[in-house]
Amino acid sequence: MSDNNQNSNSSSGTTSYSLNDDRRVRTLSPGRLVARRFFRNRVAVTGLVILVFMFVFSFIGGLITPYKEDQKFYRTEQKQGIFAAVKENKEQKLVISEDAGFSKVDGTMFEAMAKTAKGSFKVKTTSYTMEEDGEDLTIIFPEGEENPIAFVSSYVVSPEKQGETFPFEMQYLILKSITDQEDSFEYDGQTYEVTEGGGVSLDGEPVAYASRYTVNPQNADTFLTRQFKEELIADIEAQKETFSFTDENGETAEYTIKFDPATNSWSILKTVDSYVFDTYGSPSMAHWLGTDRNGMDMLTRLMYGGRVSLYIGFIVVIIETLIGVVLGGISGYFGGWVDNLIMRIVDIFYCIPSMPIIIILGAAMDASRVDPQIRMVYLMLILGFLGWPGIARLVRGQILSLREQEFMTAAEATGLSVHRRIFRHLIPNVIPQLIVTMTMSLGSTIITEATLSFLGLGVKFPFASWGNIINDVNDTYVLTNYWFIWIPAGIALLLTVLAFNLVGDGLRDAFDPKMKR
Amino acid sequence: MRKFILKRLLISVGILIMVSFIIYVLMRCLPTSYLETVARQKSMQPGSKSFEEWMQQLSATYGMDKGIIPGFVTWAGRALRGDFGDSWKWTVPVMEKFQDSVWISFIMGAISFVLEIAIAIPLGVIAATKQYSKTDYAITVIALAGISLPTFFFASLLKLLFSVKLGWFELNGLVGRNYAQLSAWGKFGDRAWHLVLPVVTLVVISIGSLMRYTRTNMLEVLNADYIRTARAKGLSESKVIYHHAFRNTLIPLVTIIGGSLPGLFSGALITETLYSIPGIGYVSYQSMVAGDIPFSMFYLTFLAILTLLGNLISDILYAVVDPRVRIA
Repeated sequence: MSDNNQNSNSSSGTTSYSLNDDRRVRTLSPGRLVARRFFRNRVAVTGLVILVFMFVFSFIGGLITPYKEDQKFYRTEQKQGIFAAVKENKEQKLVISEDAGFSKVDGTMFEAMAKTAKGSFKVKTTSYTMEEDGEDLTIIFPEGEENPIAFVSSYVVSPEKQGETFPFEMQYLILKSITDQEDSFEYDGQTYEVTEGGGVSLDGEPVAYASRYTVNPQNADTFLTRQFKEELIADIEAQKETFSFTDENGETAEYTIKFDPATNSWSILKTVDSYVFDTYGSPSMAHWLGTDRNGMDMLTRLMYGGRVSLYIGFIVVIIETLIGVVLGGISGYFGGWVDNLIMRIVDIFYCIPSMPIIIILGAAMDASRVDPQIRMVYLMLILGFLGWPGIARLVRGQILSLREQEFMTAAEATGLSVHRRIFRHLIPNVIPQLIVTMTMSLGSTIITEATLSFLGLGVKFPFASWGNIINDVNDTYVLTNYWFIWIPAGIALLLTVLAFNLVGDGLRDAFDPKMKR
Repeated sequence: MRKFILKRLLISVGILIMVSFIIYVLMRCLPTSYLETVARQKSMQPGSKSFEEWMQQLSATYGMDKGIIPGFVTWAGRALRGDFGDSWKWTVPVMEKFQDSVWISFIMGAISFVLEIAIAIPLGVIAATKQYSKTDYAITVIALAGISLPTFFFASLLKLLFSVKLGWFELNGLVGRNYAQLSAWGKFGDRAWHLVLPVVTLVVISIGSLMRYTRTNMLEVLNADYIRTARAKGLSESKVIYHHAFRNTLIPLVTIIGGSLPGLFSGALITETLYSIPGIGYVSYQSMVAGDIPFSMFYLTFLAILTLLGNLISDILYAVVDPRVRIA
């Protein structure tokens, strides 16, 4: 079968070569050999596939997703809020004339006496007489005067229109005509009619009404109409638990009536639709992975987070490599005191504990409130600047052994410049190891960045990073109840780092010509 | 040999001085407003001194009023005598807080270190002897997964599974709620129980690199000529592997294990923080985040000493274990 194939292949070519013709042998460049060895390694290819997926997910996914990185979502939530409070005036209420002119102390004394005394009482030098006018109205006159100075009643006069107030005298006249069951009274030159049920009208227009109940809206801006109040009070007296009201526009609202024995009043609760952030929304068709603490789409955050993590990883590794290759190259090529000096610097950098340093710098940046974007740049610079010694050592070691080989002697003999010898002949030979190390350190850089962001010292809100997405598990409630917040980010992180390591491993094997396979 | 150790020691001391100088400069270069923030926070605490007094004290104590070099000399002089000053956050001498917290870290580190060696080395040897088999692939992938696993994610998973779902362990802390009422053995058990999850986390996270190291070195030895000779002599496979190959693999292993011994004292910064184990790692994390400069200075210097000590030990061990190594 395979023979047939080969035959047909060679016969499809224009000429057939003689047996010892070189063209019969397929030659592969070293690069293609490496690629072939790499693609034969199934584990490494799996890693490559994961990486490709992650890149597509992070960089193209962010373009496809209908949402923005920091777009917030809302939901309406039904909440029962207190709409109004109703109180029955069991105690009588004292209303004092504006003309009385009491000082503060006198006023208080007067109030106290008026509530307790019967018949007459005396405040300082003035005596007052109390006159009971029916069950619910007691009028107080200063001794020997005709005009009342105050009255005590369990009725409250409320205006029909919003914002109106009534002077003492008018309130007095209204209440008096109600108690005396008169049909009308005269005030300020106008005749007001008193209707049944405590209403007062002027020229057929309702003006005010008196009631035993005070109804106070929770929100000072809302004005409760008389009709509303009357229907509400009727329902309260009928001991109903719910109340529905249709206003003049024909809109019906439902209320819940709750009696509070402690304050002896009724609370009227209204169900209000409130507009809140869609916090920790469960996965749904609109949000495949739900929403996070700020009501942002989790899947979109995850994509942008991947972008940030990969960006940081790449830039840090590039910085590390640049510094490492230059210093390692110089050190390895020149040797002597230059080598000694650079290697001591490397030793020193090796000893600097990087994680604590980054934590301290992160905390300092927190304290001085660095802008999140600039912070990200600092983070990359710090990570890159602390990470180069490993690469410098690697490059130096490689170059030390390479420069003793014949091809370097040849390069020197042809009179190439130092610069050219290092960067054209030595460094390219280090590149295989360098690529492996870079791939591996991409993984570890991403972990470091994620750990810092997890601790809240790396990438900050509003930017997403896989680390700061998982940060939410510091809240035990999230850890327990909202798996969709942190598990996807963790898996993405794990897979990416694992993939980088697998590919790095595969490359190392592929670059090694001594490999058995 | 003595000359070699002496030379290495001297170099180490030089490096240590440079490292602590860099750390000191770094601390001094932190934005001054940061120091003011600390002083303000300190002065807010009930019964504390005023802001100006704190600023003065901080400046005086840490040589902030002096230049960088005299300040460093003062600091180093005190540090040499073991006086690292008073911690701002813990309001006790730094050394006292250190002695309180280092042992729990050491115990935790030592247990996971022993477990790590006991698991990683045999698995690494097996993987190497059965190269390219399914076992080898499985072990390699597990080792890589361990390396790739972010500590905080793994710890969160463990917490979700064992603390929340199964309820076997508490979420964090070193002692339980009723620790004070327990007997001596009960207290010991309580602490041990609380250390289970952190130790598991540490072992799983760190096992991968040792496993890979063992595998790589074992493979190298297995390809050596003397192994072929041993096989050609007709020795049994187990004898070849465990007598000839493994003993030679031990050389790099012993070196690396010896080198990481000092690291047992350094504490596991992330793991301790995640489980709120009051070891040196967690204590330092809190100090560093709070901007406690004396404690941070101490901790950073301490870590640098441990690293240098580790390098020194592994260098010496390398010479001791492998008689082929000549010390120049």
